[in-house]
Amino acid sequence: MADITRIHGRVIRAGRAEGRALVSPAPIGFLGGVDPDSGVVVEPNHPLHGQSVAGRVLVFPTGKGSTVGSYTILRLARNQVAPAAMINAESEAIVAVGAIIADIPMVDQVAIGLIRDGDWVTVDGDLVEIRQELAP
Amino acid sequence: MTCQLTAEETAMLEGAEGPGVQRAMEIVATLGRIYGAPDLVPVTHAQIAGVSYKNLGDAGVQFLKEWAAEGAQVRTPTTLNPAGMEMERWQEMGIQPSFAEPQLSAIDAFITMGVTPTMSCTPYLFPGYTPRRGDHLAWAESSAVIFANSIIGARSNREGGPSALAAAIVGRTPRYGYHLDQERLADVVVEVRCPVRDVADFGALSYVVGKQVGNATLWFADLADHLPPLPADITLGGAAGDRLKTLGAGLAAYGAVALFHIAGYTPEARDLGEGLIRADARRLAVDSLDPGYTVMDADPDLRQIDLVTIGCPHASLSEIEQIAGLLQGQRVATQLWVTTARLTRDRAREAGWVQTIEAAGGQVVADTCAVVAPMRSIGVASMATNAGKMACYAPAHSKVKMRYGSLEQCVAAAVTGRWNG
Repeated sequence: MADITRIHGRVIRAGRAEGRALVSPAPIGFLGGVDPDSGVVVEPNHPLHGQSVAGRVLVFPTGKGSTVGSYTILRLARNQVAPAAMINAESEAIVAVGAIIADIPMVDQVAIGLIRDGDWVTVDGDLVEIRQELAP
Repeated sequence: MTCQLTAEETAMLEGAEGPGVQRAMEIVATLGRIYGAPDLVPVTHAQIAGVSYKNLGDAGVQFLKEWAAEGAQVRTPTTLNPAGMEMERWQEMGIQPSFAEPQLSAIDAFITMGVTPTMSCTPYLFPGYTPRRGDHLAWAESSAVIFANSIIGARSNREGGPSALAAAIVGRTPRYGYHLDQERLADVVVEVRCPVRDVADFGALSYVVGKQVGNATLWFADLADHLPPLPADITLGGAAGDRLKTLGAGLAAYGAVALFHIAGYTPEARDLGEGLIRADARRLAVDSLDPGYTVMDADPDLRQIDLVTIGCPHASLSEIEQIAGLLQGQRVATQLWVTTARLTRDRAREAGWVQTIEAAGGQVVADTCAVVAPMRSIGVASMATNAGKMACYAPAHSKVKMRYGSLEQCVAAAVTGRWNG
């Protein structure tokens, strides 16, 4: 059994993608924070440290750090280790530009607290569909 | 809020001018939506960051080549940040072809798009490019943004590398942030109660203040007391320009400051006075520069210096003149790099200063700097500088050890091979 929630956000990069949610309670800085070859979060003490963003629907409050981080997102995509989609509470320029140049579907202005790590999430335009497995 | 686009801008977004322009407008219009800009504003100049292969990677280079192949052309004067090496002399610098080839390929892509390959972080020092007060810019180099906003009174947000290029391609940027009068008011009033004497002191001040203010706009209440007058021609640098260049670079690097006013001194402060201070501005007093020196001169036991590097941001004409004066008749024992813009080096060579530095065994390096060049791979493990921003960035980016002090100390270290003091 699964519980399905549908919410609408604001489109940053239009597109459709789905995958398991990887939820970060802290902002993500891509330059120096995520390894562009492996997709693994390498920022020391980050809540996602050691986890890979590859193929996940990456859910985080907002971006931070160097603006060159847009190119890190592009490098992730060209190396086939980018997130399938990205969802922010409030987007900023680094991640938004990264999503556009790397063709990664992205929405923001979503109540990200509704999404749990491991939920199956579909992003389609401004629609975010969250499938949560119910406890047995 | 929606960002209003004109018919021409909407056509660009829908692909009327091809996929390269469409992608650029998608970036610019999306940023306009995110930041609540009412519309786009035409820009008179763009400055692109994300030029070094070290930061672009193969994916970034490939992406620039694709954008150029899609027919994207800049429609406003556009200049480039430093690259990871000097364009012609990279082999002498010890750069490997595996770095040089993709780096040259990236520069070629920029040139194909109509960008002028200045490869410098100091576009405000170039005759013919220096912006005027009130000009709207799309600049991506944080040290240049703060100089243009504060010292010239032009208007730029801190653009990212791809967003500045996108703005250049469509000739516009979203009208928000520092483009608006109400976003240029000071949030913090800074009082400086200790002497601030030279470029290194201004670098230390930038650390002490930058670490405490985030992205606030600053009002320096009494800093004019520590500054010589601004030169009539800012492209020369000058005693004041060189201090302000390092102050701004450090405030932008240690904090995220994009604009400061100096009472009675910078153009907007002279005209508008304390009306530029927000009613709820907080106050910050600086009693000592020691906390800056302690962090920036991070390896106090280090004596043996491999490389002395001056020019972050890129050295001005007046800095090159000073170095040439100190090196007259001397011989350096370490490597010495004076990093500067190709355009500035040409002017310094006409004055004979480049020849003096080279005769002493130093190098005047153009197109790059010790932050964006691959320093470890060219055999540099320890450095000395008088540049506040370099003292922070080079150890982090290149894993080198660092001494920090005055220009005179730096040149003395180059001559003796050892740091004293």
